[in-house]
Amino acid sequence: MRYNEKELRALSRQPAELAAELGMRGPKKGSVAKRRLVKLVVNFLFYFRTDEAEPLGALLLERCRVAQEEPGGFSISFVEDPERKYHFECCSQEQCEQWTEALRRASYEYMRRSLIFYRNEIQKMTGKDPLEQFGISEETRFQLSSLPRDGLSARVSSRLDELD
Amino acid sequence: MKLNERSLAFYATCDAPVDNAGFLYKKGGRHAAYHRRWFVLRGNMLFYFEEPGSREPVGVIILEGCTVELVEAAEEFAFAVRFAGARARTYVLAAESQAAMEGWVKALSRASFDYLRLVVRELEQQLAAMRAAGGAAPPRRPSALPPRENGCACAVWSAETPAASPTAPAARPPLPPRRRASAPLAPPDSAPFSRLHEWYGQEVRALRNQWLSSRARP
Repeated sequence: MRYNEKELRALSRQPAELAAELGMRGPKKGSVAKRRLVKLVVNFLFYFRTDEAEPLGALLLERCRVAQEEPGGFSISFVEDPERKYHFECCSQEQCEQWTEALRRASYEYMRRSLIFYRNEIQKMTGKDPLEQFGISEETRFQLSSLPRDGLSARVSSRLDELD
Repeated sequence: MKLNERSLAFYATCDAPVDNAGFLYKKGGRHAAYHRRWFVLRGNMLFYFEEPGSREPVGVIILEGCTVELVEAAEEFAFAVRFAGARARTYVLAAESQAAMEGWVKALSRASFDYLRLVVRELEQQLAAMRAAGGAAPPRRPSALPPRENGCACAVWSAETPAASPTAPAARPPLPPRRRASAPLAPPDSAPFSRLHEWYGQEVRALRNQWLSSRARP
């Protein structure tokens, strides 16, 4: 698949939400953990050799599952192939929790759900649509009906129903 | 540079609702021909396929940090997705109608993760402020002094004196959202005047509607 690699590299140089040196092990069997500089920028996780400015690679964090792994680490896998995991080793349980929290919120889909949730909350409190000030209230991607049918959306939707 | 392309392909073809889809002509390179492709916008990724039923995209344009603008081109309904930086690629695309072109320009210019995050943070703050203030907004009355923040609002507020009310102090009307320096919420830089006019007009209309509905309250 073709992609604009130049822009992706430029993105890897943008200010990160979170960055740290972690142990990283790829999903292939028999792969060895290596020290990598790991950087979270928007919905991409970049990883660099610790002494290099150019990233080795990137993971798009959509439709992924982040799980804590004993001891003091976490893994990222993707919905279409849950057994294929990227493993990361942290230096403390705190760091592990910090990363898993940040990674779970780092997808576009998560942001969209949050927006819909806040929009509904504010609408119920004030009777006004807070998206009108941005001129985006009509966009289909922010309607409740645009949420995909999965566990998390069901919870958000039922939460919204409770508030009715 | 490695990229989890398999996951990317699955994200492109999963059954979640898309943010925009349709045929667009894509210019191959600076002196190349246009190719008709099926485009699918999902989040900050613009995928393109040979055709609607294709199982894997031909490619993807990662939209973070881009600007979208109209262009002068031999092709009708053309627009460009431009990136900053020396020797950065500009993607020239052409829609099949004026309406389709406008829809795409609008969708693509607001597609970045950055923009979405800004909106979410703004709403988060609004909600937190509301909860701290105890829920309901205080009754609003136009004050004798129009707000200084937004020059447009001055024309809308009349010079009427606030109704005498011992219990409710005349509260100032809410200030419009502060415009931030960063690009996503700023008006399009290099756009023609008509687009700037429309962009600012939206904000004025929204403010006016807010004021009109607050006046209508008893």
